[in-house]
Amino acid sequence: MTIDWNHFTPLAALGGGVLIGIAAAMFVLLNGRIAGISGVLGGLLRPVAGDVAWRVAFVLGLIGAPLAYAVFAAVPAPRIDAGYGALVLAGLLVGAGTRYGAGCTSGHGVCGLSRLSPRSLVATAAFMGAGFVTVFVIRHLLGI
Amino acid sequence: MLIVLASLLSGLVFGLGLIVSGMANPAKVLGFLDLAGHWDPSLAFVMAGAIAVGTVAFMVANRRAASLLGAPMRLPSSRLIDRRLVGGSLLFGVGWGIAGFCPGPALVSLGMGEVKAVVFIAAMLAGMALFELLELRRRAPASRTA
Repeated sequence: MTIDWNHFTPLAALGGGVLIGIAAAMFVLLNGRIAGISGVLGGLLRPVAGDVAWRVAFVLGLIGAPLAYAVFAAVPAPRIDAGYGALVLAGLLVGAGTRYGAGCTSGHGVCGLSRLSPRSLVATAAFMGAGFVTVFVIRHLLGI
Repeated sequence: MLIVLASLLSGLVFGLGLIVSGMANPAKVLGFLDLAGHWDPSLAFVMAGAIAVGTVAFMVANRRAASLLGAPMRLPSSRLIDRRLVGGSLLFGVGWGIAGFCPGPALVSLGMGEVKAVVFIAAMLAGMALFELLELRRRAPASRTA
């Protein structure tokens, strides 16, 4: 392992993380709910009356974030190296996996670890571990 | 109505955090997951910043029965660690490692007009719909026994 000093951005990462923490704090203190993005989104596929508007609003907020960011600065373009086939496979796995595991990086990773939830600790260890292994296999064993 | 507005604002701030931290960029996320290559520890700092704030917020939330807007506190109480939790999280991690996208950053990238984000999100919604279908089927036999 070598640290990639050219790409490592500790201050931006910490600052952005604090913003994410503030968003999760707002969501739980104002709405009484966990800011878990897979759960908020997944709930829209089994709509319950009176339970739709806040979900849509949260998702629209996420989608609208680049627009709000553009008011202050140029939005950094993401680099998406995965091909279309890989994106479809990844999307299916992320969609089904987060619903079976009842959470993703936000619900388990940020909110769950903040609550010291043992379930979220196990889930986060599992998806991070699987992510490490997957990237190792793809980049270093298959050499893709 | 206020709840809906609060949700919009929370989503917006969350998305801004993802952009500022660089986590809306799959290449940066994969840089963190690539422990054996040139490792970019940024994601760990994002988690640290978010959890530092989150810990205080949830300490307050735990002591309350209702939110500041009067909604009931809906905090998960399950402590069950089962195959669904671990298996689902492992599947998620494999998908995360393939493309570098998890649900939040994918939605933010959609807002940036990225075609690849549209494809990923369509597949992710299909995966979530598949879960709903299999759940319906799993629960159906019990209610259809007559």
